[in-house]
Amino acid sequence: MYSSPPPTPFFNIADITLWTLDPMLKKRDDFEDMLEERRNSSDLRYALKCYTPVLYKGLTPCKVSELKQMVLQSDQLGYVITQVSKEKGVTSDEVTGEAAAILEEMAQRLQLSTVRFFAFTLSKVFKTLFRSICINEEGLQRLQQAIHNHPVVLLPSHRSYMDFLLMSYILYTYDLALPVIAAGMDFMGMKVVGEMLRMSGAFFIRRSFGGDKLYWAVFSEYVKIMLKNGYAPVEFFLEGTRSRTAKSLTPKLGLLNIVMDPFLKGEVFDISLVPVSISYERTLEEALYARELLGVPKPKESTSGLFKARKILSEDYGSIHVYFGQPVSVRSLAESRVNRSQFNLIPRHIPTRPSEEILSFVNDSAYRLVRAQEENMVLKPWVLLAFVLLQKQAAEEKQGTALDELTEQAVWLRDLSRQYGAFLHWPDHIPPSEVVSSSLSLHRGLVRISEGRAVVILSCASYRNQALNVFIRPALLASAIHTAASNRKQEIYNSFSFLRNMFSNEFILCPGATVQDFEEACYLLVKTGTLQINQQEVLITERGHRTLAFLTSVLDPFLQGYQVVCRFLCEQDGLTEKQFIPAVRKFIIKHLLTGRLRYTEVLSSDLQKNALAALIRLGAVQKIKGNNYCFNVFPSEARNRGL
Amino acid sequence: MSGFSDNIMRLSGRMLSQYPAQRDWDGKLTMAPHPGIIPTFSIVTLSDNVPEQEIMKWNGWGYSDSKFLYNKKGQAEFTGKRYRLSGMIIPGLREWMESTFSANLQHKTPAAPILNSSAVQPPTLNEAFLKELKSTGIPFSHDAEDRVFRSHGHCLHEIFALREGKIGRVPDLVVWPNCHNDVVKIVELACKHNVCLIPYGGGTSVSSALECPPEETRSIVSLDTSQMNRILWIDEKNLTAHVEAGIVGQDLERLLNESGYCTGHEPDSMEFSSLGGWVATRASGMKKNIYGNIEDLVVHIKMVTPRGVIEKSCQGPRMSTGPDVHHFIMGSEGTLGVVTEVTMKIRPMPEYQKYGSVVFPNFEMGVACLREVARQRCAPASIRLMDNEQFKFGHALKPQVSSIFTSFLDGLKKFYITKFKGFDPNRLCVATLLFEGDREKVLQHEKQVYDIAAKFGGLAAGEDNGQRGYMLTFVIAYLRDLGMDYYVIGESFETSMPWDRVLDICRNVKARIVRECKDKGVQFPPLSTCRVTQTYDAGACVYFYFAFNYRGLSDPVHVYEQVEHAAREEILANGGSLSHHHGVGKLRKEWMRESISSVGMGMLKSVKDYVDPNNIFGNRNLL
Repeated sequence: MYSSPPPTPFFNIADITLWTLDPMLKKRDDFEDMLEERRNSSDLRYALKCYTPVLYKGLTPCKVSELKQMVLQSDQLGYVITQVSKEKGVTSDEVTGEAAAILEEMAQRLQLSTVRFFAFTLSKVFKTLFRSICINEEGLQRLQQAIHNHPVVLLPSHRSYMDFLLMSYILYTYDLALPVIAAGMDFMGMKVVGEMLRMSGAFFIRRSFGGDKLYWAVFSEYVKIMLKNGYAPVEFFLEGTRSRTAKSLTPKLGLLNIVMDPFLKGEVFDISLVPVSISYERTLEEALYARELLGVPKPKESTSGLFKARKILSEDYGSIHVYFGQPVSVRSLAESRVNRSQFNLIPRHIPTRPSEEILSFVNDSAYRLVRAQEENMVLKPWVLLAFVLLQKQAAEEKQGTALDELTEQAVWLRDLSRQYGAFLHWPDHIPPSEVVSSSLSLHRGLVRISEGRAVVILSCASYRNQALNVFIRPALLASAIHTAASNRKQEIYNSFSFLRNMFSNEFILCPGATVQDFEEACYLLVKTGTLQINQQEVLITERGHRTLAFLTSVLDPFLQGYQVVCRFLCEQDGLTEKQFIPAVRKFIIKHLLTGRLRYTEVLSSDLQKNALAALIRLGAVQKIKGNNYCFNVFPSEARNRGL
Repeated sequence: MSGFSDNIMRLSGRMLSQYPAQRDWDGKLTMAPHPGIIPTFSIVTLSDNVPEQEIMKWNGWGYSDSKFLYNKKGQAEFTGKRYRLSGMIIPGLREWMESTFSANLQHKTPAAPILNSSAVQPPTLNEAFLKELKSTGIPFSHDAEDRVFRSHGHCLHEIFALREGKIGRVPDLVVWPNCHNDVVKIVELACKHNVCLIPYGGGTSVSSALECPPEETRSIVSLDTSQMNRILWIDEKNLTAHVEAGIVGQDLERLLNESGYCTGHEPDSMEFSSLGGWVATRASGMKKNIYGNIEDLVVHIKMVTPRGVIEKSCQGPRMSTGPDVHHFIMGSEGTLGVVTEVTMKIRPMPEYQKYGSVVFPNFEMGVACLREVARQRCAPASIRLMDNEQFKFGHALKPQVSSIFTSFLDGLKKFYITKFKGFDPNRLCVATLLFEGDREKVLQHEKQVYDIAAKFGGLAAGEDNGQRGYMLTFVIAYLRDLGMDYYVIGESFETSMPWDRVLDICRNVKARIVRECKDKGVQFPPLSTCRVTQTYDAGACVYFYFAFNYRGLSDPVHVYEQVEHAAREEILANGGSLSHHHGVGKLRKEWMRESISSVGMGMLKSVKDYVDPNNIFGNRNLL
């Protein structure tokens, strides 16, 4: 009998520290359903309730209009205005006017009455759509404390349009300071709604403004001033956009860089970053996303579109879990990482390109925060069922699955994922078979159709993806063991490292943390009795085969997807960026139909894009800047790398 | 005590002066019966045979007869006759101390009353050096008390150890040269016999500069300059005075005043610190806005080094003769030699002096006002801005008022500021001002400054408050001794920074102190406060005061040092300097390289290597 041996140190890092020292791996709080009270008391009275949130202790209250004045009169903006006016040869008054217009277009106009209106309507809508909205109230208490002490940045995960309304709704309900939210300009298209969102705290940023100095200056100064003065918590989505696949996206650094700047330059003592994990049992956009991944264009945000979408009101979307994570202090993140005195020699209002040191610090912090979001994401039983069903589907067991077999596999997976530290919300007091059937019934739209329709598969995959972060490191190890030529530890590590590098556009794998990830995976697999690791070798235990088989198949669809993209590229002589997705899709469909591909989900454009990005990053494909962005493929290289 | 030491005692007595009761509580100028005319100090010179260490505390700040204590009624009182506060009851101090530190009069931590000579290591004497020294006739001593007295400055850890009767490495011998030539002889002998010399002036260092390096194996000789305390000449045509470097600040001013002059150099330690010490640390005086800092005041310096004597050939007011060699000397902290004589600028004594104060609704407004005053280059002789905590502290130090009328007036003022003007008593802060010059100009200047202040919401708050503010400077050091009697330890440290960083540094450093205290297990919230003490064209100097109740801590000094270390890191990370005028000593050495770059270190190092290749001046400060 192999009973959890002490972890074997490998690269001189005691892997146990991963679990005891990482502040993001703490015990989780309990949940309360906030809809319960809404079902039992008047929504109107609730919307009109007395709202007196705790504010930042250093706050000097100011009006929306004063805020704009502060931005326009700031030294930072003043500097850029002078610069731009010299460059363009126009008067600085004109440039100031331009800046004022940008600000006008951007600025939020948070007002309580609009929030109260939303509080009322959203109460009605939420009660219809969802069974419950569960919140960890301890997290809210921590948040309140954080808001009092330091400027706060809220960083929710982004899976649905609903996210930011939901956030403000929660904060209003619990009498916490309402945030200002960075939103994409797309919403502005929705005339009335856009303005309503503005009045509930949203401010709008253009999707791309790369070279526009003035825009950048107005934008960054606006965010910084709101943050520094403690005007309101600043909320934005680290992932930049909604994840269509439910996998966390590679974090965007622009805004994080902006909000960390006041600390790095000593303008505030500290800033609290609060990761928030929002998990939906059923995403409102589930089918929409799948279609989008298959190439059906995303409908433009419009008010009329919103009304058309009201048919969803008749459906049951289960419950939402919102977990407010442990506030992360920028000061402690930066401690012994960043030499802050690098800002001593240039006046702080002159915009400077962040140094390599700062960029890598922001990048690492961003990954840590996304991982913190992932780790506190509640997983529903359905997520595990999606795993089982998809693997069966791929194994072409088309005749359907017996309920007790499904239950057995789900229970096995439940236990495994718990051992891996998943935040699983599995009602233990209910017999597993009932849990399984009730999950199936909520998602009957996806289950009933036994035919492998792509939309359904991709929707299912997006549920399965919610738990990928739990398994990704062990799965990489399992695949590494599978592909390595021997069971020598060094060899397995090499192959782990290659796979991890390959997939670092696909999953959240912190840059430079290969050794830690390897250690973590080894630790987990040894702990659960799957592997035995001695000085030199990695051995699979008797009962480890089932787990390894499962873990290997977790990564299989992605491996196959990347392989097919490689094969596709090898057959091309050059290709423009625009042609890539349609062409590769055509190629994949052809192979799917001939039965040479097992996984329908490789049709996901997300996977295809990630694969291409990875190949470019690894130098297997070269992007030539010419008339028509061509990809030069180095097939030999791709093959050499084992694909 | 040996007969030999007895003999020395007589000589070691510094020409100290004791002032009668009317001496001002701020330890400087006494206000004349009719304001506007400054009297000279009244002098009562002590007989020469009272040794320095009997007038001065051996394990605390300042004069032995002056200290804070709680009397039988439990009221705070300041003893002695030297300061205006002397002999007065300070009714608010106890409550302030109890509420600020959660201190309790029941919990006492008294100091060891007398020095236990047996705790002092016997001296390591270099017999050959001693023999030749005797033949020169220069007085010296290896009495334990003399040695211990010159073994420390006034850092918290130094005083704390003395109070506990703990004595570390102390000098093995003390010598008292009487003039420049004596110093030349001593340095020659030290070089000849490889003896380590540590110059000693007023002993007010707060940078561990006087601590004997524990790794030093040679005999350490403390070179006490206190006998070199004469003004050698005054040149009224050029307005300069040639002075021996051992003279103490207050004596220098007093003696110059007798001839109608002053230097105007008034560092907070001027009661005890010496001219040579100022030069060696790049000192700064309170009234630098009129008179300049030490580097602006010095015209000529004579220093004895192991290589010989360094001085310039003339006293031209400015020269272009390569890098100014004075700048190797100023700030050298006793690592290159002994400053023996200095020619300084002098000024006619000001005709009129006036204190003032301004209340601001908050610290931000106060800083903005000081910045504007600096921009317009109209800073008074002194302008200082205390934060809210220090304002309250100053308030707690108000002596008992005798008349009902005064207390009624105080109440009225408070009502006006907090109720009528709407200032939040927990946010408001106070600037103290000192104007100097001829009467008309002072009044004009005063108006200009108050007009600027008004633009920043400042309200004139009277001369009294201003004067009390400056008094704080001199008694705060005595207060630390009181705190140490009741489990409270603390200290001040300073920095300088560009104007745009003043608020950020003040906020961040204060917050860092509070946070570090909490992290290090301090049981009670600390006092963490600051004030802007100097303004410049391009920035300001800020002082931080920090103290906490250490009950429940096993090693309070270590905790204190960790917090101060963190505070300094915070200062540097936010763009503040390593020191504005306290110097580096050994306390801040570790940050020198990042402060002045490796090349800069190399430049200083090469000067040291040339001037003192055998490290005779081995106090190991700075580098």
